Amino acid sequence: MSKQNKNIALKNKLINLFEENKNSIFKNEPQYISNLRNQAIEKFYQLGFPTTKMEGWRNTDLTKALSKNYNHFFSSKQNDVDVEELFKCEIHDFDTDIVSFLNGFYVNGNSQLRTMSDGTIVGSLAKAIKQYPEIFENYYNKNVQSDKNAFVTLNTAFAQDGLFIYVPDGVEVNKAIQMVSIINHNENLFIQNRNLIILGKNSRLTLVHCDDSINQQSSFNNSVTEIFVEENANLDHYKLQNLNNDSTLINSTFVYQKAGSNASTNSITLNGGLIRNDTFVKLNGQMCDANVYGVYLMDKTQHIDNHVFIDHVEPNCSSNELFKGILDEDATGVFNGHVLVRRNAQKTRAFQSNKNILLTDTASIDTQPFLEIYADDVKCGHGATVGQLDTEAMFYLRSRGITEANAKLLLMYAFAAEVINKISIKPLRDRIDDMVKKRLRGELSICDKCVLHCGSPAKEIHFDIDMSKV
Amino acid sequence: MNSDKNNIIDEVTQGEYKYGFVTDIEMEMAPMGLNEDTIRFISKKKNEPDFLLEFRLKAFSYWKTMKMPQWAHLKIPEINFQDIIYYAAPKKIKELDNIDKVDPELLETFNKLGISLEEQKRLTGVAVDAIIDSVSVKTTFQDTLAKHDIIFCSFTEAVQKHPDLVKKYLGSVVTYTDNFFAALNSAVFSDGSFCYIPKGVRCPIELSTYFRINAAKTGQFERTLIIAEEGSYVSYMEGCTAPMRDENQMHAAIVEIIVMDDAEVKYSTVQNWYPGNKEGKGGIYNFVTKRGICKGKNSKISWTQVETGSAITWKYPGCILKGDNSVGEFNSVAVTNNYQQADTGSKMIHIGKNTKSTIISKGISAGHSNNSYRGLVKISKKAENSRNFSQCDSLLLGDKCGAHTFPNINVKNKSSVVEHEATTSKISDDQLFYCNQRGIDTESAIGLIVNGYAREVLKKLPMEFAVEAQKLLQISLEGSVG
Repeated sequence: MSKQNKNIALKNKLINLFEENKNSIFKNEPQYISNLRNQAIEKFYQLGFPTTKMEGWRNTDLTKALSKNYNHFFSSKQNDVDVEELFKCEIHDFDTDIVSFLNGFYVNGNSQLRTMSDGTIVGSLAKAIKQYPEIFENYYNKNVQSDKNAFVTLNTAFAQDGLFIYVPDGVEVNKAIQMVSIINHNENLFIQNRNLIILGKNSRLTLVHCDDSINQQSSFNNSVTEIFVEENANLDHYKLQNLNNDSTLINSTFVYQKAGSNASTNSITLNGGLIRNDTFVKLNGQMCDANVYGVYLMDKTQHIDNHVFIDHVEPNCSSNELFKGILDEDATGVFNGHVLVRRNAQKTRAFQSNKNILLTDTASIDTQPFLEIYADDVKCGHGATVGQLDTEAMFYLRSRGITEANAKLLLMYAFAAEVINKISIKPLRDRIDDMVKKRLRGELSICDKCVLHCGSPAKEIHFDIDMSKV
Repeated sequence: MNSDKNNIIDEVTQGEYKYGFVTDIEMEMAPMGLNEDTIRFISKKKNEPDFLLEFRLKAFSYWKTMKMPQWAHLKIPEINFQDIIYYAAPKKIKELDNIDKVDPELLETFNKLGISLEEQKRLTGVAVDAIIDSVSVKTTFQDTLAKHDIIFCSFTEAVQKHPDLVKKYLGSVVTYTDNFFAALNSAVFSDGSFCYIPKGVRCPIELSTYFRINAAKTGQFERTLIIAEEGSYVSYMEGCTAPMRDENQMHAAIVEIIVMDDAEVKYSTVQNWYPGNKEGKGGIYNFVTKRGICKGKNSKISWTQVETGSAITWKYPGCILKGDNSVGEFNSVAVTNNYQQADTGSKMIHIGKNTKSTIISKGISAGHSNNSYRGLVKISKKAENSRNFSQCDSLLLGDKCGAHTFPNINVKNKSSVVEHEATTSKISDDQLFYCNQRGIDTESAIGLIVNGYAREVLKKLPMEFAVEAQKLLQISLEGSVG
């Protein structure tokens, strides 16, 4: 079968699936959500899955991922799992509110939606749709590329559950909210996760979003997150991705910022078969700040694709992108940063940087740092580098008796540290720091369950100094 | 102060095009439109060997299957390819062995362009091949070149006199399947320059081609082929102008360069096709495919371009660095003003070991124009220890224009280093203030800053061209260059 046919097979299967299961998908939901689904599936029918002939997907080939057989569930199937055991996840000295998802569905049957003492609402999207239709009418599906992004339309059509957070005006949520999404099933799963996060005026939220898989089964997670940051609100968003080598994750995040707001996104990709992170940030008010950071450490035949689009609509905003990656063995990486400064967006400051280290001749990287600028009073810059570990630094370390393996480790760690150090919460930073060290040592695997679930506090790199050379 | 500055920028950016006159020369033209007959007509007119006609027809049938590319950051109005005259030649072009026999009107044209063939010949020691509309009208200095066994002549002549060389190298760097405009050019190209530098010869003079579109409704499709044999060196310059007309005229050219072991080719362009008027009416559509291959070891290609003209520029001079230790360079200043659009940049394909490339691109946009840099740096698995450095800066004059950067970097090798950096800004108030407080008025200051900004590239031009390029910057951004 040709590439095209395989894509079409899954497309048709999904469209049929939608038609057949309309009753269970539409069950108990407001009419306008059903209308959105109908429009979206229509649009998806027109668009189809992206192919490598499309500019945005030229270097990310989905054929293999799309040709697998996936199962699609319309309700949660988790009765036989020991939920407690699965989600015993903690970060030392870092107190979080954990919201758990298993195979795309909210875990914790009894309290699907919680209202905290400060008025913050956290819980399952499926429940929230029914309980707060007025919020959904204002926000849901309002800031996504609903007409040209096939994965978003597919998600809108099928989305069953996901994380819902509503932070009321003026509320600063002290305890970080941690979303743990785990895939654990004995069949290949196709998951359509949908999240909606709203930060009211002058509010503050720290959100940690972990994607993990437990077994080695193939999966396809098409996740869409909509984030609205109202005036002067402040969001700290961390994405931790640690999936098995047969998993596919398409992660589309849409951030909509209003005047004076501040949003920072930090994606840490440690493992995964094929991961695509699409981040769209719209700076739709003056004095906004957007930071998009990422670090990726890939090996084997893994593929990572980070696409970032920052839309400067209003004047006096600033955006900052920093992505660093180390690619080993046959791993392939793609970075595409696109900063658009519209005519009105004077006094914009926008910077973009993508740095990569290739450790083998079979690893490859494609980087495209784009700037599209229509305003004249701006300061914009971008940089991209591809290289290897600095030979002089290597020599320096070796001349001090540090073994090659350790020197390499140290340099790689130092390379990644620039992004890790941007994490503002110390316990989280320490934990991720440790994860990165473990990953670089090759100790981390998906059997560590949750990314954050490694008991002991950070261990220093152990130097076995070769005494014979000293 | 601020409005003052705006006025000056307006003045600076609204210079007139000085080469917009039309010369009344008797022309011989092909019927309008494009079909196999047109191609056979051109081929017959030029008395071409069969292989060339075949090449043209193959390219044409391939072209018919293609669509105009849409990926560039350009708004290209629909082009009716049947509404173009594909061949136009000044009459009386035979037996031009003596400059006196050249049509006086024609000589006058070149005089007006500041490239008096006669004067050029005597004073500057630059061999010129002048191409008007579709055909080459005069090549100077052929005798001097013949002494060194250098072949420098029109493409038509090369086809007649050196068919083997043409057959061997034509389409070897830019195949007719390369892109839409390359296919079109391969089908209908009418003339161009041909240059062959034999082994070990260092070309003693600069070679130069002047391109001129004159007749209305015509398109110009020329082809340049440069072959530098082992150990040779040549510096080649190219200039172009066109009359002012309300209609848009098309120019789709191909340049192919083949460089063998230890040889070097330096290719400089000052592109000044008519850019259209202040409302964006008229102007040349410039779709050019330029590519060189460093076939041999230690070979070098360097592209230097100053782009000030054309309503639309679509041009990506590239280097295929196939030989080990070969070097590719690209230096560009692109100025867009009024409603001009430019999408230009470079392609560096590293295949050989220890290959090095540098890209320096300076974009200046003013008025309502859009100026994009689009580049590709590709390092293949085998290109060990390759190195690339790219720098693309954009300068914005005025708040209605756009400056964009679209670099593509593709690395498949662990021992190579690629660096790319770019900045976009306007002339900073600090710089202007500094100049002002030292008694330099704002107008001169802008000139100074723009000149300094482009200097890195201008200094790479051959001396004869550097002067012209500076003048051009002056015209394009009138009054700015002190």
